[in-house]
Amino acid sequence: MRPAPFDYVAPTTIEEVVALLAEHGEDAKIVAGGQSLIPMMALRLARPAVLVDIGGVDSLQHVGPGSIGAGVTQATLEREAPHPLLAEVLPLIAHPAIRNRGTIGGSIAHADPAAELPAVALLCDAELVARGPAGERVIAAVDFFESYLTTALAPDEVLTEIRFPTHHRTGFAFREVSRRHGDFALVGAGARVTVDRAGDVVDQRLVFIGVGSTPVIAEDASELEPSDDVHATAAYRKHVAGVLARDVLLTARSRA
Amino acid sequence: MSEHQVELMVNGKPRRATVEGRQTLADALRVELELTGTHVGCEHGVCGSCTVLVDGAPVRSCLMLAVQANGRSVTTVEGLAHGANMHPVRQGFYECHSFQCGFCTPGIVMTTAAFLAGNPSPTEHEVRESLAGNLCRCTGYQSIVEGVQRAAELMREG
Repeated sequence: MRPAPFDYVAPTTIEEVVALLAEHGEDAKIVAGGQSLIPMMALRLARPAVLVDIGGVDSLQHVGPGSIGAGVTQATLEREAPHPLLAEVLPLIAHPAIRNRGTIGGSIAHADPAAELPAVALLCDAELVARGPAGERVIAAVDFFESYLTTALAPDEVLTEIRFPTHHRTGFAFREVSRRHGDFALVGAGARVTVDRAGDVVDQRLVFIGVGSTPVIAEDASELEPSDDVHATAAYRKHVAGVLARDVLLTARSRA
Repeated sequence: MSEHQVELMVNGKPRRATVEGRQTLADALRVELELTGTHVGCEHGVCGSCTVLVDGAPVRSCLMLAVQANGRSVTTVEGLAHGANMHPVRQGFYECHSFQCGFCTPGIVMTTAAFLAGNPSPTEHEVRESLAGNLCRCTGYQSIVEGVQRAAELMREG
């Protein structure tokens, strides 16, 4: 089982990445950590003619409290935890061997509806910065996830940076249920709760994973329409989503 | 289709190979460098058999291209062999019979070597979580959990 043949290129600047994408269009795929794309290529679900490796682009490697480069590995984020929600979520993502290669930008751009980092982007109202031939544009997380493995990124754009706005008097929490530690979540829920000076809740958001074609923002779990599959029934997912939602709302409230 | 010259340190020795862009690190280790201790199971990042250390950190060598390992330092299960002196993970697995067919063992040994380096005194629960990314179809894991705990003891005793 091997990927179909391709040309491998490893640019070192974002300008070169954009030029390569402009030249090759939909024939090119960007690889960062490769923890989702390489399995898809091995199974020949993806057959790019050109593989553009952004692992050597230094400008994608910064970590700060308000901004994270798209190429930063999940293991680095777990260690440095620039945002409290990342500290809670990162250990839930697969296994150390995956997190040592997988990146934050790769996970968000891959947009698996059961993945945690897209939900983090929605919970934090992250700004996703993309570079393309026309320059830079900023996409709000709520506008980014369109469908299963489909985002607002154009084929000639690359995700470069994830910006985290500051939320005052706000707590976050995330939980998920999976068969074994590190497996894809059957269902997960994250909460963001903001309180006023008196401690009363003034704003909250719930985001669910594993219940639709994208991570889902909902008022509560009763709005969800998950599907049955071999791992769990829709009814089970919906029930667990409700239990998790209650739990993460209370936890986020206590942290606000 | 592109071909690439790669130079990497493998188990402390400089090695070179010519690889196709699509060749995984696992295949390059086994085919080009003839280090067949690294086993290839599922070939899409699920089973953990092909786990090696890259710059000291465990990675799935079936999910890393050989060309991406250019300039890096790779440790395979062969790198834990030092003559008659068994590495503590090997010794622990030997004492607890932490294998049956042995196919998954190289990946579990490498995962465990990295895990115990970061957590020398794990609880049983932590040991089980550390093994969650490595599939074993024979043992039921009980003897592997015991082997990891014995290896931790041996490492603490120095």
